[in-house]
Amino acid sequence: MKRVLATAVLSVMAAVFGVRAASAQATAQLHDAQYPDVDIVYGANLYAARCVTCHGAQGDAIGGVNLRSGKFRNASTDNELARFIRAGSPAAGMPPFALDNAEMAGITAYLRNMNTFDTASVKTGDPARGRAIFEGKGGCAACHRVGRAGSRVAPNLSDIGSQRSPGSMQRSLVDPSSQMMPINRPVRLVRKDGTVVNGRRLNEDTYSIQVIDDKERLHSIVKADLREFTISRTSPMPSYKDTLNSTEMADLLGYLLSLKGQ
Amino acid sequence: MCEGAKVQRCEGAKVLRRHCCAALMVLLSSVAHAQVTPQRLVNASTEPQNWLTYSGSYWSQRYSQLDQITPANVRNLKLQWVYQSPVAGNWQTTPIVADGVMYITQRPNDVVALDPLTGRVFWIYRYNPNPNRIVCCGANNRGVAILGDTLFMGTLDAQLIAIDARTGRELWKTEVATTTSGYSITHAPLVIKDKVLVGVGGGEYGIRGFIAAYNVDTGKEAWRFYTIPGPGEKGHETWEACPPKSDTFCDPEAWKHGGGSIWMTGSYDPQLNLTYWGVGNVGPDYAGAQRPGDNLYTASIVALDADTGTIRWHYQFTPHDVYDYDAVQVPVMIDNWGNTGINVVAWANRNGNYYALERATGRFLLGKPFVKVNWMSDFDERGRPNQTPQPPGMPTYPGNQGGTNWYSPSYSPRTGLFYISAWEDYASIYGPTPVEYKEGRNFTGGGPRNFAAVPGAPGFSRAPINTWTEAAGHGAVIALDARTGQRQWKFDMTDVTDSGILTTASNLLFTGGREGFFQALDARTGALLWKTNLGAAINSGPITYRIGNKQYVATVSGLSLFVFALD
Repeated sequence: MKRVLATAVLSVMAAVFGVRAASAQATAQLHDAQYPDVDIVYGANLYAARCVTCHGAQGDAIGGVNLRSGKFRNASTDNELARFIRAGSPAAGMPPFALDNAEMAGITAYLRNMNTFDTASVKTGDPARGRAIFEGKGGCAACHRVGRAGSRVAPNLSDIGSQRSPGSMQRSLVDPSSQMMPINRPVRLVRKDGTVVNGRRLNEDTYSIQVIDDKERLHSIVKADLREFTISRTSPMPSYKDTLNSTEMADLLGYLLSLKGQ
Repeated sequence: MCEGAKVQRCEGAKVLRRHCCAALMVLLSSVAHAQVTPQRLVNASTEPQNWLTYSGSYWSQRYSQLDQITPANVRNLKLQWVYQSPVAGNWQTTPIVADGVMYITQRPNDVVALDPLTGRVFWIYRYNPNPNRIVCCGANNRGVAILGDTLFMGTLDAQLIAIDARTGRELWKTEVATTTSGYSITHAPLVIKDKVLVGVGGGEYGIRGFIAAYNVDTGKEAWRFYTIPGPGEKGHETWEACPPKSDTFCDPEAWKHGGGSIWMTGSYDPQLNLTYWGVGNVGPDYAGAQRPGDNLYTASIVALDADTGTIRWHYQFTPHDVYDYDAVQVPVMIDNWGNTGINVVAWANRNGNYYALERATGRFLLGKPFVKVNWMSDFDERGRPNQTPQPPGMPTYPGNQGGTNWYSPSYSPRTGLFYISAWEDYASIYGPTPVEYKEGRNFTGGGPRNFAAVPGAPGFSRAPINTWTEAAGHGAVIALDARTGQRQWKFDMTDVTDSGILTTASNLLFTGGREGFFQALDARTGALLWKTNLGAAINSGPITYRIGNKQYVATVSGLSLFVFALD
């Protein structure tokens, strides 16, 4: 079941990347390696939707401000840039923008690479097709839950689109273990009476562990009652690298990015 | 309550003690107004029924001679009372207890006088700091100082206030520095003879730090020691001139906003008449290229003449600090260190090293890592670290919050061990960026990020839900041989800890952590003897005191004070 699910999820992201790949080849070397292409793509779309009216397509529509220069008067680090965008600049007429983590990662990546990025090359996946993959071919819902549908065994993805950067989600579909949050590492707990609990942690302290098991049951277990406590760094989710084509990956990523919670 | 020499007689025989202390209980109201004299502060450790200073005594050992609660009976501790603040936010305060009254601070700058037997309130002094104050790192206050029947508190907006300990009425208020320029006071003052000493915070805003002494009766400034020496003063040469040509931004007047905060209360050696203080980070914290030189006296301990503020010696833990390692600990004084006959200041620094320095001269006696350290390799013969900066993008150990931080350590003369609340296996990746000073504006010059297991993922969180788990460090209590720095035992926690530590003459160690557990360990072995879940992070150091014949242990958890004793 997990394998089926994992296979399906991967398809969304690759599409975005696959489409962009050809045109991006020429400029990839100019991009800062810390900003995944998929983040830049996502940020470009956000820019087109929310920033272009004032700043213009070339980022120089406001006098004295040239976003393509890579230098910002009120921010030098990405954190400072994020703070500025979230706070806005009322004196200059810029409203605050309540961007979530994924959006901020995207817009930052785009602003940092605006000078070399060709927006004409951008094509994003289709969320509706991505949802079909999520629920169908990808088998994602066998482990993950979105809203009221799907399993609770794997992490809930209802707001994953506001939590993870596009780049992180893309990597997760290709190499799930590399992006697995430590709290989601699979655990195997064997009590002194021999009963076994397999699941993932919800919380842990010095003396106890809170777990949801592979039957969706909640356990709070005192460590002193355990004879075995094993933490795995290998995700049970398979890679979708070879099971979804680039278009399917892009669509799936488009769907995941649309999941912003309630 | 049993006082002074009477205590010893009371403790001679259980029956006698019971009668003696019962009688004194009746007289409680009359002894509640005793004067806390300078001499009593010097001898604070000989009246363990009280807790007269932030760290328990001028020696700052957080060690108590009380021994009613023992490893054998600690499991029988019962909650006696709770005082809860109506103001949201975790406390960092340490209570003091003086002659039957407890004094604590609560956010933002209230002082509360309590009955330490019942937790009932005598009075509350409320102070509303300037709403335009600029304070780094939260509305924290760590407590008050007492002399005579006067309390002293530093405020978030950099005022020093004297308060009548019986009524809670304000006696005087002195502006120590300008809050809108980034100055603040968060630590408990230190009273020495007729002066009350405070230092200022604000290194993250480009202040020029100082420690100052004020007359206890009038609030008039008696002396001031700048932690950043000015032109012509010794140490100013460590703020080196900028190179004639540089590709990176360099500030020719870096010393003017060089930081050097005072975050924690100092200590005092009455025989030497020296007072010791830790000096915080340089400003800007991370952008070292724009402030060439060692940048004294940041990240240092300074020994000052208590009467004049004249500096006698210093030792810099982290020359030219680019990690915000500070020197943000209370100086712990140990007499006859390891039976060597040498009196030392012992120090577990945020930079991951444990140090011993001769108290009279500052001579470097010992420096040894107590957690993983890769920002330096070793020390030269004078104690200067050989620094090993990590390549860009690579993790530096310990991380930005340090191998330890402001959490008070403890030293037990009984075990000879030095106890540290530590963060282990914890690193940060530093990204310095140039920054120009603007008054009252953030002046950190970039920042660190955690060495996260999953780049691009949302930030990890700690208590009450610990999603950080084992991936990026954990907390521990580490016991070192105070003489050698060798680790004797370790008590691991899953989450990190910001708690101080208390030890007692019965070989007990009390501490907390972010998980909200309040724990008693065997100070000799680290064995867990008792624990209780108080529900919120413990962010200050426990204390102990005695009323009548009963020993109490008090700890802050969240915005509440919990007090335990044997039934």
